[in-house]
Amino acid sequence: MTDTAARPQAEGSFSAGFSWAMARDLTLAWRHPDEAVLTVAFFALVASLFPLGIGAEPQLLARIGPGVIWVGALLAAFLALPGLFATDYADGSLEQMTLSPHPALGWAAGKVAAHWIVSGLPLTLLSPLIGLQYGLAPDTLGIQAVSLLVGTPILSLLGGACAALALGARGGGMLLALLALPLFVPVLIFGAGAAEAQATGMSPAPHLSLLGAGLIASLVGLPFAIGTAVRISVD
Amino acid sequence: MNWFYFSSPSTFYGLAGRLAPWFFVAAALLAAWGLYLGLLVAPTDAQQGEVYRVIFIHVPTAWMSMFLYFIMACYCGLSLVFNTRLSAMMARAIAPTGALMTFLALWTGAFWGRPTWGTYWVWDARLTSELVLLFLYFGYMALANAFEDPRRGDRAAALLALIGVVNLPIIYFSVQWWNTLHQGSSVSFKGTSMHVTMLTGMLVMSASAWMYAIGATLVRVRSVILERERRTAWVRSLGAA
Repeated sequence: MTDTAARPQAEGSFSAGFSWAMARDLTLAWRHPDEAVLTVAFFALVASLFPLGIGAEPQLLARIGPGVIWVGALLAAFLALPGLFATDYADGSLEQMTLSPHPALGWAAGKVAAHWIVSGLPLTLLSPLIGLQYGLAPDTLGIQAVSLLVGTPILSLLGGACAALALGARGGGMLLALLALPLFVPVLIFGAGAAEAQATGMSPAPHLSLLGAGLIASLVGLPFAIGTAVRISVD
Repeated sequence: MNWFYFSSPSTFYGLAGRLAPWFFVAAALLAAWGLYLGLLVAPTDAQQGEVYRVIFIHVPTAWMSMFLYFIMACYCGLSLVFNTRLSAMMARAIAPTGALMTFLALWTGAFWGRPTWGTYWVWDARLTSELVLLFLYFGYMALANAFEDPRRGDRAAALLALIGVVNLPIIYFSVQWWNTLHQGSSVSFKGTSMHVTMLTGMLVMSASAWMYAIGATLVRVRSVILERERRTAWVRSLGAA
């Protein structure tokens, strides 16, 4: 064993940890694209079930469209959560990350960012296509996509915190649902509310402002919570 | 004087056992007085008739549901920051009472809503955020018990409780921020729009709910302490005595 005092300490930084973790998770996702494809396929499938179950009158579809798309995106984002930390936790990589010189804040945020690019962003990009199936007007489609663009990062951050807390717990997916879904409720309300307001001729700005405020608050607070949760889970 | 004398589970166990009965007696006396005021003395409401008397249960339980979550979150913060064992045990002991209060607030509200609003439930901001609070309590309890190592459960659930604190101001201010069916508050620090007997009855019932919550928490924390410390010498000596 060499003496550790003489060796220069490795410098850790937020940005280095962030970009390293994001690049790593994106590479992993790129090499196994099936997970991202499954998330998007699930979203499209759920959104297709509603017209078949409720009835396909155009007025009805145009009215429930924004809400159905949001619920579908929320469930798809939720189902993608276990992939965020579970495999890294199982094979010990997560423990190595907590031992790295980079602050947990950095690589935790990087992992969540990669997760959003793989799950939230494709859902956002696909949403106008699903909206067309529901006969939504073009301006509503745009607001819908904007609300998803602002809202899905919040889902990834909140869900990431819950997924990190539930690592190694009994009850698995059901426990994660109990933790994450109640916290998703405000995001769903304001996200679906924005598109709904646009569809009924009101201004979507208040809903989008609240979503934006939620995103800023989540960006500031939740990476820290995720880092703490991961540290709780590995020691 | 040692302020931390009772912060050890073994000393607090005895103190909780001595105090709990007094809190229950106080709760019963205050409830008897409050219900007497509320059901027999307070006048019939001019607009709502007799049905308004639900508030003598509904408002105290709704207040307690939020207060208890706040206190639980404070204990969770203490246990995360200072790693004190008793704080985590207290948080665990508060959660079921908090969930009970939340459930009672929702349930009595539904019974009040049916004759007054014509529906048991509406999806307005106050009701929805209170329902989320109920699920936060459930999530806290489920996560706290989901690990083999109870200390791990304590810490994970504590962090969840702290994240969930965001919901408290949403519940409290929901009637001001949104145009809800749920009415605004009749009681504030500036004064009240209520008849004085109604207010007294409600405050006495709230005091009773406080006493009950403290008593129930103390009894429950004793079981948590016994379960956690069952391998220690002082718990074994309890069984021998």
